[in-house]
Amino acid sequence: MRNFSYKYLVTLLCLTSIAPAPAVAADGNSIMVNGGSNPAAMACVSCHGSDGKGMPESGFPRLSGLPAGYIAKQLRDFKAGTREHALMQPVASALSDEEILNVANAYAAQAMVNVASASPDRPVQGTGAWIAQRGAWDRGIPECSSCHGPAGLGVGNSFPPLAGQSAIYLAAQLQAWKVKPAVADKKHHAKKQELAARRNDPNGLMQHIAADLTDAEIKAVAEYYAGIEVSDEPVDASKLRLR
Amino acid sequence: MKFSMKNLIAVGLLLCATSAYAAGKLDDQTQLPKAPGKDAGVNYFKPPADAELPNNAFGELVHRGEALFVNTKALAPKYVGNEMNCVNCHLDRGRKARSAPLWGAYPMYPAYRKKNNKVNTYAERMQGCFQFSMNGTPPPADSEILTALSAYSYWLSTGAPTAKALPGRGFEEPAQPKGGFNTAHGKKIYESQCALCHGDNGEGKKVGVNSVFPPLWGKDSYNWGAGMHRINTAAGFIQHNMPLGRGESLSDQDAWDVASYVNMHERPQDPRLINGDIEATRKKFHEGDGVNLYGVTVDGVLIGQGIK
Repeated sequence: MRNFSYKYLVTLLCLTSIAPAPAVAADGNSIMVNGGSNPAAMACVSCHGSDGKGMPESGFPRLSGLPAGYIAKQLRDFKAGTREHALMQPVASALSDEEILNVANAYAAQAMVNVASASPDRPVQGTGAWIAQRGAWDRGIPECSSCHGPAGLGVGNSFPPLAGQSAIYLAAQLQAWKVKPAVADKKHHAKKQELAARRNDPNGLMQHIAADLTDAEIKAVAEYYAGIEVSDEPVDASKLRLR
Repeated sequence: MKFSMKNLIAVGLLLCATSAYAAGKLDDQTQLPKAPGKDAGVNYFKPPADAELPNNAFGELVHRGEALFVNTKALAPKYVGNEMNCVNCHLDRGRKARSAPLWGAYPMYPAYRKKNNKVNTYAERMQGCFQFSMNGTPPPADSEILTALSAYSYWLSTGAPTAKALPGRGFEEPAQPKGGFNTAHGKKIYESQCALCHGDNGEGKKVGVNSVFPPLWGKDSYNWGAGMHRINTAAGFIQHNMPLGRGESLSDQDAWDVASYVNMHERPQDPRLINGDIEATRKKFHEGDGVNLYGVTVDGVLIGQGIK
């Protein structure tokens, strides 16, 4: 199903991207439901869900309640190619600058992720919770919470929420930040350095973290944040702790 | 604004001579950053792993100390007057070399300190952190709080030699660059590398009650009596530890410049202020205390007036 829908969407994109782009910017909610004024900018809801909470099991991320500045930057980065993704780059490229702001604001206005208010248990070494709250300082990796905030709720426009995000998505992003090892180029007798698929992190803060985490750690920490208990109750921030 | 050691010793000259140092030579200050990351061949002391902590009354006290260490403001609000926690200067829960690790400090006490001109116990040393770095009220030496923090420090020092300065203790400050430091260049570094987390005005960022990124100046930061107000000390901390997770990426010059920019901003007054007299306080407590801008006039503004 996942492969099928992915291929279908890519095909659809190829067919629609040749349509001429109308000049009027669509409003944010309309872009979510109907797509942008250029038909290549497909409706967000088809992958990110009608409630904006994504499709975690397929790796489509939650957008609901993410900061507008963060979403807008990602769309611009897809467009610029500093964040590579087969599906999102054509979509972002088909959105006008105004439409990017509109849809980013519309998602920011939706419900933010909320977590159960219990203070975190002491993490156990070797688990995802340990990476999240303790880091891996032997490799210079700070605890995730030191930038993404208590319970992974996110901090400002630069450090997005991790709580309640798709585990597949989170792990894929950490993998995307890894610079692939240099491979020998037979033709030029020189090693060719591949670029990481994501290189849009401010000040390069994520690249070395991703590079130094093992695959098992990436999976564990992604599952930890995806599994944080999400709640509809208002969060009691006084109970939350970074570490 | 460019300073050298000589200027600071002859601080009086600075009061009226600042324009002579207003520099447009930013390019001269730029050095290639050092190779990132690894501490060339030094084996630092390794504190015990968490799993080694015994599950008994001692273990519980150590856990309590650790909790206080990382959530100082939340768990000891009576004694913390700003938005700082111990862990903000002592990274990795006080375990990280070159971030003033507790295993490098605990076995060095009791020790004479010029700061208060007496032999200090470890509890007294920690009281200093509460008074200055956390701009608060020191908990009593025999309080549960300092007992728990001592137990935590003691446990992290398991197997460390007593009274021996270990590699990685303190912040291993880089020597002051020959050409002095340049606050204007420091501002540029701050804006490109630090403001993302600490804010355009050094205010830090909070989520709920938690300070995620500590304030670097202003009313919620360390006061003018804290060791971190020294440019040399801050340069060491910054060079080895900042940006978080990307330590060892700034040159000596850049670390000094950005440290001077951070430490030229107002922060809470030195609690040792003598009769409201900044100059008297400078002479008694700051003149011989490393490199700092307390009581110095920069661009016509007297630094060290304090902020509430």
